Amino acid sequence: MEGVYAFCVGLMTACGIFLTLRGRSFSVVVGLTLLSYAVNLFLFASGRLKLDAAAVLGMSEEYGDPLPQALVLTAIVIGFAMTAFAVILAMRARADLGNDHVDGRNPQTKESARQKAGGQR
Amino acid sequence: MQHLSILPILLPLITGALLLLPPLSKNIKRQRVTAILSMFAQVIVGFALVVSIQTEGVTQYILGDWRPPFGIVLVADAMSTVMVAVTNFLAFGALCYATGSHDRTGGYFYPLFMFQVMGINGAFLTGDAFNLFVFFEILLIASYALLVHGGGKQKTQATVHYVILNLAGSSVFLFGLGILYGTLGTLNIADMAQKVSELDGSVVILTKIGALMLLVVFGMKSAMLPLHFWLPKTYSSASAPVAAIFAVMTKVGIYSIFRIHGVVFGDDAGELAHIAQSWLWPLALMTIVVGTIGVLASPSLKLVTANLVVLSAGTLLVCAALQNEAATSAALYYMIHSTLVAGGMFLLADLIGRQRGKAEDRFVMAKAMDNPVFLAIFFSIAAIAIIGMPPFSGFIGKIMILQSVQSATEQMWVWPIVLLSSLGSLIALSRAGTTLFWRYSTNKQSSGEDSQPIHLGEWLGIVLLLSASPILALFAGPLTDLTNEAAAYLFNSSLSVDALLTAPLSKGGV
Repeated sequence: MEGVYAFCVGLMTACGIFLTLRGRSFSVVVGLTLLSYAVNLFLFASGRLKLDAAAVLGMSEEYGDPLPQALVLTAIVIGFAMTAFAVILAMRARADLGNDHVDGRNPQTKESARQKAGGQR
Repeated sequence: MQHLSILPILLPLITGALLLLPPLSKNIKRQRVTAILSMFAQVIVGFALVVSIQTEGVTQYILGDWRPPFGIVLVADAMSTVMVAVTNFLAFGALCYATGSHDRTGGYFYPLFMFQVMGINGAFLTGDAFNLFVFFEILLIASYALLVHGGGKQKTQATVHYVILNLAGSSVFLFGLGILYGTLGTLNIADMAQKVSELDGSVVILTKIGALMLLVVFGMKSAMLPLHFWLPKTYSSASAPVAAIFAVMTKVGIYSIFRIHGVVFGDDAGELAHIAQSWLWPLALMTIVVGTIGVLASPSLKLVTANLVVLSAGTLLVCAALQNEAATSAALYYMIHSTLVAGGMFLLADLIGRQRGKAEDRFVMAKAMDNPVFLAIFFSIAAIAIIGMPPFSGFIGKIMILQSVQSATEQMWVWPIVLLSSLGSLIALSRAGTTLFWRYSTNKQSSGEDSQPIHLGEWLGIVLLLSASPILALFAGPLTDLTNEAAAYLFNSSLSVDALLTAPLSKGGV
């Protein structure tokens, strides 16, 4: 169980980091969302993974650690608010700057520069 | 006053919420009065807290009366209360300045400002690592909104970078906290300090990873070298009162490094003692170097000030790397000084920019200012203080830092770099001053319309923040006693760790 869990968290983090490093605001926001999912799962696991262990005393033989669940809940709420803000900001940046690149301007590749120069001529 | 230590969090929270309600939300005048009165009360609370620590000793406010290490605590000791007082004073100055014109450039300035202050105060006061994260998020989300406040292309562009970077930083923060909770089983900072010395085996390396992940996050907030690129652009594009309050945000990161890597992973941490030091040393010194280069290369006064914030962050990180009592005391004194003076400098840069027409605060020839004498006097006070020349507080702060460097090899690195950085900022600021005040065009045509006169609140904000520097120098004696005490407390683990966990059952809990 631990192995699968760790693999899933790791894969999600890797995808999140990859997408965050992209240049367009949409993929960056999706990347940040994936990162926060990964972090939530990771926090949940920090109280150790247990089966059939309720986080209430006296309900089962073993009991789970309730604190990570509280932490995850807080992290989910905060992550949700932050994602909402990032989405709104990305839309505002699209409107203000006229493109969806995180730097606020489209990177000039060699081809586009040549095209531009050609168009001006 | 047993509830005094939660007031710096509750007051701005309640005021911020009240300002959103109908009788206040639509009326800018009422908002101003409420915000200023509330902030004034918070300044008094801040100073009262510092005094109460002197008379009654360190207090621990146990929320919900869950015994530590369970539940959440607020710890009001000398260092945190001093920082709270500084934050509130700085916020009061910035708020006075904002009443001039900056509060009308967009809606909800005052509520956002209050939540920002609440987040910063909370981050200083909390004694729980996860709660530290929560307060970081509160101050961050308020800062996102404040940064973009007023609108404009430049602000949006800076905010996008700032928000994405900090969201990624929050994820790293949570990963670090998750690892530390997994290995230590606690998030109460005092309890973490106790548990960390009992670790052995493979858990040690995991804990080290977690701790260094936290260092990355705090390094990002405090503009440590490879993570400082966001700062100059963000600070220079924010509106003046916002940039002024941001001056204390880098200090939140540095304060957290002192708390987590100084106390938890300090002298008593066994195998994990001083894990951050080997990283902090080169990075802090390089931060100073890069900050100085940035100061010398900046084309406008706001950018110079932003780079001076990087420089002061580097200087403070050197103190964190030294990790001795004298350095911590010096750092606290320098932190008070650099926060207030940098805040004042941002306000001044805005005013100078406004009076110079289209040239704004860039170092080019422009029309003459309307109030050159007033601005020049305060510019020279701010410049002398921030460079670290006598007679103002920067000089005393830098002397204390240089004196706290003990071994010869450390002196060989710290002394030249700190002194040369002072020289660099001296050159940059004297060049800035001569261009801004002495090189102006005399022909009347270029001065088209008159700029807005200086508002009373703007005078007050600048005078308040910049007069702090002479006052800090004048009362350096009692103040260094206070910072020495704060440092001694942090380094005495029986007081700062054990006493907090075995606190007697108080009636203080709510």
